[in-house]
Amino acid sequence: MEHTHDQSYEYSHGHARTPEQSRAVRRKIALVTLLLSVITVVEILVGVYYSKTHVTPGTWTLIKWFYIVLTLVKAGYIVMVFMHLGDERKNLRTTILLPMLFVIYLIFIALFEGETIIQYVEELMK
Amino acid sequence: MAQATIDVPAKNLWGGGTSPFGASYGKLMMWFFLISDAFTFSSLLISLGYARHVHADTWPLVEKVFFHFPFTHAHLPLLYVGLMTFILIISSVTMVLAVDAGHSNDKKGVLFWLGLTVVGGLVFLGSQAWEWYTFIVGGEGVMKTVVIDGEVKDVLIQGANLQYNEYGHTLFANFFFFITGFHGFHVFSGVVINAIVWWQAAEGVYEKRGHYEMVEKAGLYWHFVDLVWVFVFTFFYLL
Repeated sequence: MEHTHDQSYEYSHGHARTPEQSRAVRRKIALVTLLLSVITVVEILVGVYYSKTHVTPGTWTLIKWFYIVLTLVKAGYIVMVFMHLGDERKNLRTTILLPMLFVIYLIFIALFEGETIIQYVEELMK
Repeated sequence: MAQATIDVPAKNLWGGGTSPFGASYGKLMMWFFLISDAFTFSSLLISLGYARHVHADTWPLVEKVFFHFPFTHAHLPLLYVGLMTFILIISSVTMVLAVDAGHSNDKKGVLFWLGLTVVGGLVFLGSQAWEWYTFIVGGEGVMKTVVIDGEVKDVLIQGANLQYNEYGHTLFANFFFFITGFHGFHVFSGVVINAIVWWQAAEGVYEKRGHYEMVEKAGLYWHFVDLVWVFVFTFFYLL
């Protein structure tokens, strides 16, 4: 079979992998699976036992950030290990991750505008 | 583990004749598509955050809405969504194993793990159908003052549709339908793509080609669907 013009063949991964390497990959997958499951269980337990109605607003803010951090940890492991982005070249990683800055910008705009609208409605209600 | 097989000095990377990213055209395009899809879902979730921030007083508590579980009437908040999350994570793991089997050109392994992934996706879709059904049918309902054909009436609202719902603000149900629906449609198309790839692998198409990169590309899409659900789980159900 002639593969000289098949880019995918040239760049496809792991042509010659030793059994030890394969085992290491599987071990990593198992560990990440365990981590993702544990994080999900922790999130649900916190959600059930520390309901918004049962905690002070301060604690709720803390729990919110706790959720967001755990979510980002999960997302990081999915993208870097499951999607193999961690194994790609640095320039590809940057190309994919850098545009996500726009998302942060949109969050900023939405919070800012939302706050303005609340104030505006409050003014109208006076 | 995943280096490109051709080594090119860094300064010649953009000189042509080789991929500067060390990735094939197809995989690169899948990543670029996923970036744009990530923007779509970010916009949906951010507008959800915006709406619940503005309408915080009429936004329902999620554990008062999603506490049902099949075959029981017990009050089990978050458990069902947690189970759905778990199903999707597990189907993501079987996908990784399918991609891994593809790397070692193991046809049997690809078929086995990819088959399980398709099953996992179908189970998730079924779970979502049940959740939608429960949400739409609703519980005892609430009396709401609504305008129908220009007349103001007090009506018993049960369950949810795009105009009224018994849980809280109209936008709550709208965002529920739109975000989980859009994600569910991604799961559905992912299942279709995975099934086609499974069939092609079974036919020996990739064996003839000499590599299983198509499994990898389908895998990227599938993991992205899982990734989106992780965010939906947090920003719709937990917060």
